[in-house]
Amino acid sequence: MSRGTAAERVVRAPLVAPGRQRRFLSGDRIFQGLALASAAMILLIALIFVVALFIPALPAIRRFGLAFFVTRTWDPVRQNFGALPALYGTLVTSAIGLVIAFPVGLGSALFLAEEARLGFLRGPLSFAVELLAGIPSVVIGLWAFFILTPLMRDNVDPFLRSTFGFVPLFQGTANGYGYLTAGVVLAIMVLPIMIALSRDVLRAVPRALREASLALGATKAETIWSVILPYARVGITGAVLLSLGRALGETIAVTMVIGNRPVISASLFSSGYTLPSVLANEFTEAVGPLYQGSLFYLGLVLVLITIAVNVLARLLIWRFSGSDPASA
Amino acid sequence: MSRLLARIMLDRLVTAVIVLCVMLTAIPVLVLLLFVVIRGLPGMLTPGFFTSPPHPFGVPGGGVFNAIIGTLEIVGIGSLLAVPFGALVGIFLSEYGRNRIGDTVRFTSDVLTGLPSIAFGIFGYTVLVATLHHFSAISASVALAVLMLPVVLRATETALVLVPQSLREAGLALGAARWRVTIEIVVPAALGGIVTGALLAMARAAGETAPLLFTALGNDFTQVNPLQPMGALSLTVFKNALLPYTELQNQAWAAALLLVIMVAVTNILARIYVRRIQR
Repeated sequence: MSRGTAAERVVRAPLVAPGRQRRFLSGDRIFQGLALASAAMILLIALIFVVALFIPALPAIRRFGLAFFVTRTWDPVRQNFGALPALYGTLVTSAIGLVIAFPVGLGSALFLAEEARLGFLRGPLSFAVELLAGIPSVVIGLWAFFILTPLMRDNVDPFLRSTFGFVPLFQGTANGYGYLTAGVVLAIMVLPIMIALSRDVLRAVPRALREASLALGATKAETIWSVILPYARVGITGAVLLSLGRALGETIAVTMVIGNRPVISASLFSSGYTLPSVLANEFTEAVGPLYQGSLFYLGLVLVLITIAVNVLARLLIWRFSGSDPASA
Repeated sequence: MSRLLARIMLDRLVTAVIVLCVMLTAIPVLVLLLFVVIRGLPGMLTPGFFTSPPHPFGVPGGGVFNAIIGTLEIVGIGSLLAVPFGALVGIFLSEYGRNRIGDTVRFTSDVLTGLPSIAFGIFGYTVLVATLHHFSAISASVALAVLMLPVVLRATETALVLVPQSLREAGLALGAARWRVTIEIVVPAALGGIVTGALLAMARAAGETAPLLFTALGNDFTQVNPLQPMGALSLTVFKNALLPYTELQNQAWAAALLLVIMVAVTNILARIYVRRIQR
């Protein structure tokens, strides 16, 4: 910089004449006011967010009320709408996603935070996780649509049916599009956040605890199981909840593989629907205030659920670390 | 002795399980990227991919020029809205926000971060599309700007908080007003972190599809007017993938590869910038 250091520039600035002291002060006031106003705008935006969902949803809320949540039909032709199939699909796919992502993510986080052996893999793994976090949802959806779906249909689903077919979950025909495929996609998509957050939680476990356990003669595995994991439990629960929040709201990739049928089926091979994918599929085609209102109602439900899950997760992580999980 | 052996074996077993988890994480990433490159590269090398808009179904050739322009313009306008605004809120949080107002803003911004991306689309629809009575790129930019805001403002706050207090005190001791200290000393010192946050937010916004579905809507013609419906790379990937034409599906793969390259380059730029600033 040719104009000298920042401090020099301030020194060269004209000194303030006593008579202009008040204007000098008002510069501070203006700046602080501007900053405060923009901060207040964030609160306003959040408010508009909820209102923008609530008001257009009113026709549907008035018409269906709370029965919306237990109604199994989603019939645009007869103008009869219920959220149950989409709610069910959202919960089932997110559950599958977490059942897969939790152990795999925790294992990878343990590797990053605890494992001393094979240290040369740590850099590549961190890189892969960041890479995965950066891949757009639609690209993962494209891959799942063309590559994962046939794989599930021809290999994974028949294997599950022949092995665990006595459970209703793994009965029925499989065309590749359905809860299970969507769950696998969600598992891949929440892995980065699961790994990053659990790793930070594990790293926050005091070193002295580890060393005390090892000094008492415990193996690494025993230390992890009886010292580190119990200590980190609250924080890891927070990480799982934040992953759940991400899974509940994931839209495009799930829409491409869920099959998009408003049905409820015990079989994980069956096609279904999720809250975000109903919106993605039908929003632009919806005609009439009731149809549109029902979609907004679904959106409102989705937003309220994710807010609840996120708030709970952040409270847990705050309680664990006493510091700020930042915006992961 | 055999008990000790059992414990050691268990320890080894746990290590093996952990390594298995690492592989289960890494393999999908590699397979995914491999497929995107292999399936996307041929389409990308087709003449006209970068320079021509899509041709009608069945007519060979055609490209994604409209979508490239659309993504750049939508994300560009979104960044123009989100970055200065987010930086200002970040300045507020770091310099004036050690109080209840600041905590409320921080909490709200964290909640916004966790919202599903499709919710930003509905926001853009109600606020701009429904009021203007037609789909437009500007409504997509607004939706993406709200999506980018939390990332920018948290990055700005984090960067500003890291500026040593002694720098601020030096400025104040020299007689500068607080706002001048903030703008001329604190912000330049933290510029690396702010730019990185902005670039990361742009990379995320460029890959988003759900907020564009009911705002920009998509457009097969090249459109630069932000008040009209506009195409975008992510919309091209989503829509073409579901169409039963091999050519268009190949175009979806090529557009996906281009999108991944754009996102990766933005991320790498952010890192290089941080390194240069830190030196």
